[in-house]
Amino acid sequence: MSAAGGYDVEKVREDFPILSRALAGGQSLVYLDSANTSQKPTAVIDAMAEHYRRHNANVARAMHQLGAEATEAFEGARDKIATFVNAPSRDEIVFTKNASEALNLVANAYRNAIGDLEIRPGDEIVTTELEHHSNIVPWQLLAQRTGATLRWFGLTDEGRLDLSNLDELVNERTRIVTVAWVSNMLGSVSPLDAIIARAHAVGAVVVVDASQAVPQMPVDFAALGADFVVFTGHKMVGPTGIGVLWGRKALLEELPPFLGGGEMIETVTMERSTYAPPPAKFEAGTPPIVQAVGLGAAVDYLTGLGMDNVAAHEREITAYALKRLGEIDGLTIVGPGEAVERGGAVSFTLDGVHPHDVSQLLDSYGIAVRAGHHCAKPAHQRFGVQSTTRASFYLYTTPAEIDALVEGIERTQKYFKVV
Amino acid sequence: MNIDALYQEIILDHYKKPHGAGLRDPYEAEVHHVNPTCGDEITLRVHLDGDTVADVSYDAEGCSISQASASVLNDLVVGKTVAEGMGLLDTFQTLMQGRGQVEPDEDVLEDGIAFAGVAQFPARVKCALLSWMAWKDATAQAVANESEDGR
Repeated sequence: MSAAGGYDVEKVREDFPILSRALAGGQSLVYLDSANTSQKPTAVIDAMAEHYRRHNANVARAMHQLGAEATEAFEGARDKIATFVNAPSRDEIVFTKNASEALNLVANAYRNAIGDLEIRPGDEIVTTELEHHSNIVPWQLLAQRTGATLRWFGLTDEGRLDLSNLDELVNERTRIVTVAWVSNMLGSVSPLDAIIARAHAVGAVVVVDASQAVPQMPVDFAALGADFVVFTGHKMVGPTGIGVLWGRKALLEELPPFLGGGEMIETVTMERSTYAPPPAKFEAGTPPIVQAVGLGAAVDYLTGLGMDNVAAHEREITAYALKRLGEIDGLTIVGPGEAVERGGAVSFTLDGVHPHDVSQLLDSYGIAVRAGHHCAKPAHQRFGVQSTTRASFYLYTTPAEIDALVEGIERTQKYFKVV
Repeated sequence: MNIDALYQEIILDHYKKPHGAGLRDPYEAEVHHVNPTCGDEITLRVHLDGDTVADVSYDAEGCSISQASASVLNDLVVGKTVAEGMGLLDTFQTLMQGRGQVEPDEDVLEDGIAFAGVAQFPARVKCALLSWMAWKDATAQAVANESEDGR
């Protein structure tokens, strides 16, 4: 592939040790499951090991030198991440366990809210049919607990959000609108501007699940205009065990805590407690310290590559994959078939071969994909399929790997005698 | 691991032409089982005639392993007593959970021996057991229903 803006994917691959390992039988790895979790560059692996080797201590509580170093590394990571997403304030970056916890944090904080932010019977919460289960279930729970009504955007046949009933769906009863920026299954990019404008016009807050967006494209939370944005570290070359909630400072200040415990308090008596200001208010207990350090290193790595270059590579490789996969008889892509407003996850069905069997056969050729419902059962149901096979690409994916995928699918068809 | 050990010809044959597929009347119990990790599902009915498994009918959606397993289940348990069927379930489950170390007995498991290779793929064992677990559940309910009716 021609290197977009000097982007050299072969050179990038040298930064990821796992990509050159051999699988059973000496096969080389073709890793096409990055929407599930991304691989990690040496810079991230080393930063985490180095922190454990030299700077390990608890943060914010230890008064000794190691405690100071660990705190500096942890809070330094918060600064890096705030800069990376252009958050208006570093104190709006809350570390969580993952994106799911970040979404549950927001939903539970609203569940605990009294006064202006309290959700009441008759209120409406709006999600969409393309969401990951993590952006459906917490809101079902919130609606059940508060007596609010859960509603959702449907999808077009192409696999994009259907905004034709935007003004009816998002109305003066709507309190929260929550939507994925990029679908993890269909790959479609949501038209956030229109949704945010309408939601704010009726006084609703907007939650954006950016788990598949932040890894793939340049983002600017200040310009986006949403009220909460969540994402996860492990899909953006960072470690597992860390996610991020960005929230508007005024909302983070007004919402009650989700988890109670150490370091989220100002003072505690047996009768009652007062809380630390955000972000500490939402970070009870020892946080994922080395994971934050790793995510900071991941952000440095991505910044070094340039997110514009990463996005351009993702577009090119996705366009190539859509073209090649589209040439296979009996293969149906579920989701937009064009690389326009589209992320790098391509889900498909293959006539006569179940997705689990497709992925098992591909695995036997060294090709790692995901099969199943991808934690998006409603989106599958919308398209009348129980499961799909999903290939997903990232900044280290090469055209040769797409060719290997296509060849692997054709071999699978022959194996199951459907061609 | 050899992929052909997983996808034996017998399994692929059962997958393409499943035995006893479809939901039929009469039945004393119907269950719906789902494999939550992958989404495979089966609706399965059991019809007992006294102590005998008179019919096992099912509507399944899933991979070749789970589909073929339902087909073999039908072959093996229909016509047997409930106790014999439960014994076959035990034998099949032991084979599946044996990590490839259990030698199957063709006289007992018939085409079920083809699943010996599945035991080497731990992620697929639950596919092979989905229909069997549904059958166990439905049969227990059918027995309970019958004994209630008989009172």
